[in-house]
Amino acid sequence: MSETRTGAQIMCEALIREGVEVMFGIPGGAIMPFYYAMWEYRDQLRHVLCRHEQGAGHAAEGYARATGRLGVCIGTSGPGVTNLVTPIADAMMDSTPILAICGQVGSHVLGKDAFQETDITGITMPITKHNYLVKDVNDLAYVFKEAIHIATTGRPGPVLIDITKDAMQKATVPNWDQKLNLPGYKPTYAPNRKQVREAIKLLLSAQKPLIIAGNGVIMAGASEELRHFAEQLRIPVITTLHGIGSFPEDHPLSLGMPGMHGWVHCNRAIQECDVLFNIGGRFDDRVTGKASTFAPNARVIHVDIDPSEIGKNVKVTVPIVGDARLTLQALLEELPEREALAELHAHASDWMEHIRDMQDKHQGKQQYVNRANTEHMALPPHDVYEKLNRALALRGNYRVVTDVGQHQMWAAQLLDWNAGPRTHITSGGAGTMGFAVPASLGVAIAHPNDTIWAIVGDGGFQMTNQEMATIMQEGIKNIKVAVINNGYLGMVRQWQELFENKRYSGTPLSGPNFARLAEAYGWKGLTVEHADQVQAAIDEAHATDGPVLVDFRVEREVNVFPMVPQNKSIGEMIITEADA
Amino acid sequence: MRKHTIVALVQDRPGVLSRVAGLVRRRGYNIESLAVGHSEQPGVSRMTIVVESDHVEQVVKQLYRLIEVIKVSDVTTDPTVEREMVVLKLHAPAAARHEVVSMCGVFDAKIVDVGTSTMIVEMTGTPAKVENFIEVVRPYGIKEMMRTGRIAMVRGARGHNASEYVESAGPNGATVPTLN
Repeated sequence: MSETRTGAQIMCEALIREGVEVMFGIPGGAIMPFYYAMWEYRDQLRHVLCRHEQGAGHAAEGYARATGRLGVCIGTSGPGVTNLVTPIADAMMDSTPILAICGQVGSHVLGKDAFQETDITGITMPITKHNYLVKDVNDLAYVFKEAIHIATTGRPGPVLIDITKDAMQKATVPNWDQKLNLPGYKPTYAPNRKQVREAIKLLLSAQKPLIIAGNGVIMAGASEELRHFAEQLRIPVITTLHGIGSFPEDHPLSLGMPGMHGWVHCNRAIQECDVLFNIGGRFDDRVTGKASTFAPNARVIHVDIDPSEIGKNVKVTVPIVGDARLTLQALLEELPEREALAELHAHASDWMEHIRDMQDKHQGKQQYVNRANTEHMALPPHDVYEKLNRALALRGNYRVVTDVGQHQMWAAQLLDWNAGPRTHITSGGAGTMGFAVPASLGVAIAHPNDTIWAIVGDGGFQMTNQEMATIMQEGIKNIKVAVINNGYLGMVRQWQELFENKRYSGTPLSGPNFARLAEAYGWKGLTVEHADQVQAAIDEAHATDGPVLVDFRVEREVNVFPMVPQNKSIGEMIITEADA
Repeated sequence: MRKHTIVALVQDRPGVLSRVAGLVRRRGYNIESLAVGHSEQPGVSRMTIVVESDHVEQVVKQLYRLIEVIKVSDVTTDPTVEREMVVLKLHAPAAARHEVVSMCGVFDAKIVDVGTSTMIVEMTGTPAKVENFIEVVRPYGIKEMMRTGRIAMVRGARGHNASEYVESAGPNGATVPTLN
């Protein structure tokens, strides 16, 4: 093993040693030595050539989010890596473990404004969990080991390694056995038992307890434990946008999604609850609304692996730093005997009944609350989701990737999320339009036997749709794209309609014929203009052994309801068109 | 907003100063001063950061998110020795020289350079004493001034011994004491 290797060979071997199997990228001058070496390792390291580095980054994110494993993306110096900035920022906001590998100009010209030189470590400092500039071939083996360790442990996140061209070209005998030297990086996984007992004490005293489950539950693989915990205590569970999939929505304790476009009964329950147990969620402002008015009656238990999230947005009574799975296990271990839970069970049962009353009163999910006044429409967007929902449930083994905007919120609201963790993949914190199509590429490679639906608006689709070529070139057949095409940047238009007197500044949007565009890429393209064509199109997409795009030309001006206006209390919801 | 003195032990790696400064800035806090230098442990630097913030706990927690940050504490209310140094170039023609020299004597300031019309004086003390000294000599005319920023050390046995945190490092090592 102690043979001489070039830096580029060391990079390939380091990735293989860490279990990396696939990388998404685009070559260029400064990264060429890596691509030269990659050829030797092509049986172990699959390279997927994307059409834009942003696509490569989102594909790596999709891969990581669908598997929990490291996603890897590659760009060359200068514009190559600046194109990676958006997916890196996206991964930072959503705690997605990705490694960005970048070529840098030779160390002898570094800092001299050489061709395609950009200070990418400087640029990405605030949007990476950590980053490196490697100028010496002897540092590569260690840096890759440390970088991957950091990206995938604790609260995961993006890590970038910028490598000068000469460091890749020079040769050395790699030392694979160096121990990690990270005195300042010791994520806390096991929760403090005293705090765990405090949490239980608080929960047992509750009359209106509520669980909020976030992304942390999915990342820790804690769904099973969450279900046990909720069932043992009989506490209702709310799932955030990124918590979708962590708790099955057909479970009697499931309430659905809270927040800006969450369900009325979820937000009301939060405002009324007396003990709020948040596990793996970070109290994002899209969940809390105006934070000072959030859950005014609640004492809060907050479980997060990142201590800096605790107390950041919401005042916390019992903080617990730890991994979601280990914390739930500890909570389950510390639960008292069944008799001691009787009082809580009685309260929880009354409370649940009260929440279900609110749900009925405000027409919960079952009634598709925001369907009001859609009868006259040729193709209300809701029809697409209703039919897709049924088709997916029948088909099984599916994952849904959504972009950002109205279509994303409808998907979160209107589809039934019962397929388990990592089946709903979206851009949450950063809200990155253009995420869905390239992310679905990563998801499809990770799960070649699942049906992957990318649901995307016509705005977001036109940002990154060139990855259709990548999907075709890679021979990926299990991706189906649903364009919810309303000819607007729909969510912005909705705000303009509701809050800016319908001043549709910069939101009407045209596009090519998407079905024919798909066909030009070698896909099957379908167009749907009427509600009665939806089912046939979905069936045809499922029956086709290859990628399919369906252009759903939906009613143009439909709003997502319920809605909490920005910076308002989640108690002040616009429930239907009539309240607006 | 309240001023807080934060002591941080950080790994001595390229870019760490920029990471710390960038983090404090982007989280919306003002750095009043930042002093950095070697600690007693090779490979570990020590920073004293004075920030204005009503949410200093968040600053501390956010600093911990930086991989190279080993230990952070807000020592504002702890018993500490705090020092700052100022180097001043004063307008001091022959006529004023005597007065300046005697003022320096009162403040334990050292005269390190004498020119025909200027003097450079060096003075070390608590930030309040430094402030006081500057005000006293200001009337003579300050031509140039450089302050180092505050450095702080907790009194007694308790404190920030770098080796305590570094020696337990490594993936096989025992876990480091948890936050604060």
